[in-house]
Amino acid sequence: MAITTDIQTNATGDAGRPTPSTTTLPLARAINAGLRRALEQDDRVMLMGEDIGRLGGVFRVTDGLQAQFGTQRVVDSPLAESGILGTAIGLAMAGYRPVVEIQFDGFVFPAFDQITTQLAKLHYRSQGRVRVPVVIRIPYGGHIGAIEHHSESPEALFAHTAGLRIVSPATAQDGYTMIQQAIASPDPVIFLEPKSRYWEKGAVELDAEPSGDLHRARTVRAGRDATLVAYGPSVATSLAAAQAAAEEGRELEVIDLRSVAPLDLDSVVASVERTGRLIVVHEAPTAHGVGAEIAAAVAERCFYRLQAPVLRVGGFHTPYPASAIESDYLPSLDRILDAVDRAFAA
Amino acid sequence: MPWSDPCDVPGTLRLLTPQGERVAPDPAVPNGEALASLAATLDAERLLAMYADMSLTRAFDREATSLQRQGELGLWPESRGQEAAQIGSAHALAPRDYVFPSYREHGVAHVRGLPVRELLHLFRGTQHGGWDPAPHNFHLYTLVIGSHTLHATGYAMGIQRDGDVGTGDPARDRAVITYFGDGATAQGDVNEALVFAATTNAPVVFFCQNNQWAISAPSTVQSAVPLVERGGGFGVPSIRVDGNDVLACYAATATALQRARRGEGPTFIEAVTYRMGAHTTSDDPTRYRMREEEEHWGQRDPIARLAALLRAEGVLDDEAQARIDAEAAELTAGVRTYCRSLTPPAPESMFDHVYAEPHQRLDAERSWFRDYQSSFLDATAGR
Ligand SMILES: Cc1ncc(C[n+]2csc(CCOP(=O)(O)OP(=O)(O)O)c2C)c(N)n1
Repeated sequence: MAITTDIQTNATGDAGRPTPSTTTLPLARAINAGLRRALEQDDRVMLMGEDIGRLGGVFRVTDGLQAQFGTQRVVDSPLAESGILGTAIGLAMAGYRPVVEIQFDGFVFPAFDQITTQLAKLHYRSQGRVRVPVVIRIPYGGHIGAIEHHSESPEALFAHTAGLRIVSPATAQDGYTMIQQAIASPDPVIFLEPKSRYWEKGAVELDAEPSGDLHRARTVRAGRDATLVAYGPSVATSLAAAQAAAEEGRELEVIDLRSVAPLDLDSVVASVERTGRLIVVHEAPTAHGVGAEIAAAVAERCFYRLQAPVLRVGGFHTPYPASAIESDYLPSLDRILDAVDRAFAA
Repeated sequence: MPWSDPCDVPGTLRLLTPQGERVAPDPAVPNGEALASLAATLDAERLLAMYADMSLTRAFDREATSLQRQGELGLWPESRGQEAAQIGSAHALAPRDYVFPSYREHGVAHVRGLPVRELLHLFRGTQHGGWDPAPHNFHLYTLVIGSHTLHATGYAMGIQRDGDVGTGDPARDRAVITYFGDGATAQGDVNEALVFAATTNAPVVFFCQNNQWAISAPSTVQSAVPLVERGGGFGVPSIRVDGNDVLACYAATATALQRARRGEGPTFIEAVTYRMGAHTTSDDPTRYRMREEEEHWGQRDPIARLAALLRAEGVLDDEAQARIDAEAAELTAGVRTYCRSLTPPAPESMFDHVYAEPHQRLDAERSWFRDYQSSFLDATAGR
């Protein structure tokens, strides 16, 4: 069995294809390249957000794009999230494809109303007559030692709302591909960028067409003893835990969900059918969260194949704590291994 | 000079020129004469105290910036350049008035009597707050832009219900002030706060420090009209002041607070100032700002301006300056020591204070965490 230890390995192309131009980029640059390509290919694509133009965004994800495409296509918006989302809805109705940036996860909430009561529901309310293909890019998650409101994982709050698609790339290749797929989607997409991975480099095929299913999970490490399911920043931690477990003789399968909503449950179920154990890992609090949804769905579908209860490793039911103790809050390699032990003790 | 001084716009209250000379207010300023005579009541002692507060704030801010550079703080929002706006307005506050700051109001904190070292918890990442708001009536810093302006308005509505406005008893009448930036004026919350304040006649002063930039976005991205014109549309009387002129900031704020305490409702103050440093220590202003602009404002330093006045009036001499410098040195040394003493809290403290009463889920997670931690420690101990 080919066991891939590198999170990037599975991202590269099929055998037999002409060798595409592969380059190595950090995740932030890969998303930048994906945005550039989308702007080049479709002049209805436009970017909006606070500080995304001249500054290139606080994480420089949009660096250089305003210089290349001008201030009409890469717009420095007023400091008003509800305004950004509300006008993006109108722009989308006028035929544009707005890609908006929320500066940090904790600042999406002034726009929560526009996202959940308007953006998510227009297609439904108009019986399919009105399309709102808006992409909301949100740098999210912790581990960067930031102050309050700069490290949160709000995905469950959006996942509960029908009408939104929610994805998160864990690799540079996915950053490049998935942002283009998100922009091409006729539905609203919340694009969660794991900020702790922004500077992690990976191979990116710049010429590859963004084909494939945006919502398809991917097995990033094969294993037979238990399944770890993660997305975004937790994929790397889960891979590290699998590596550590392998040294103790346990082969853990690691699935990068890539999509929070919809969930590729078939891939998860297929894995659990083989391994019999499932641990879900995410940074968001476990209470009422994405892990709970997966655990319930898997219990429904694999009850008789499970050899242990589905376990969740995530944040606690507390506000995201001060950075000095964030590592005690976040799912760490040790916490994942502890859950693995519990799954085997069951 | 490519940058004309936005404080030269008619109708802007200025009582002290950039060279440090007292001037009569522009005739277009409503109640200009009354504001000028209010500023004229500031005696030498008070002016020197304001100068000392501005100097100490600058010194503290410089120290915090270097603590960040040395890795002792995760982040620091510099207040350099905004001392007149902060100290002038804060000196107009009475002890019973309540302050809702944003995250850059270090000078206001200092005038309120909050030991400024306590501001560091938040930026060292050891706490999200760091101080008790009650003793100084100085609320916690707020990072979500504009949200606290509604809290200020609601608090003011509470004061009003309590009957603590318009009694004519200075020991009883109170008011609220809230600080925010030019960028914040674009937020729905700030506009909604103005709606509530105006329609309820709440005793609240909206103090906008227009430091010209919201990170990389100039004020023109936030508003097509001078910010001061916003207030009128909501029915909130408004005034524009030279934010680098401590006398004008004091006079405008004192008048607005008096109005509020008398039960005459809210006021909007646009203090036009300049953020001399970066937005925060993570920011790189060279990407969006011209050096000429920074140099232009460098010549409008609010501290130098007051120093010139006080030297000319014989209030500030070398001896007084030396006293202030010594106080600043003592303050910064204390801040440095205090900062280093702020160690990470016990990890289990993250479960504290989430709820005021016991909560099953949280209690379960806490005890799981405690067991997990101790299993870890036991394993180490057993080795
Ligand atoms: C709701 C919200 N959106 C975005 C941010 C990120 N952010 C922090 S400060 C800032 C600029 C604020 O500018 P301004 O209101 O003018 O105040 P200043 O920092 O200049 O004092 C931004 C965009 C935030 N803190 N809150």
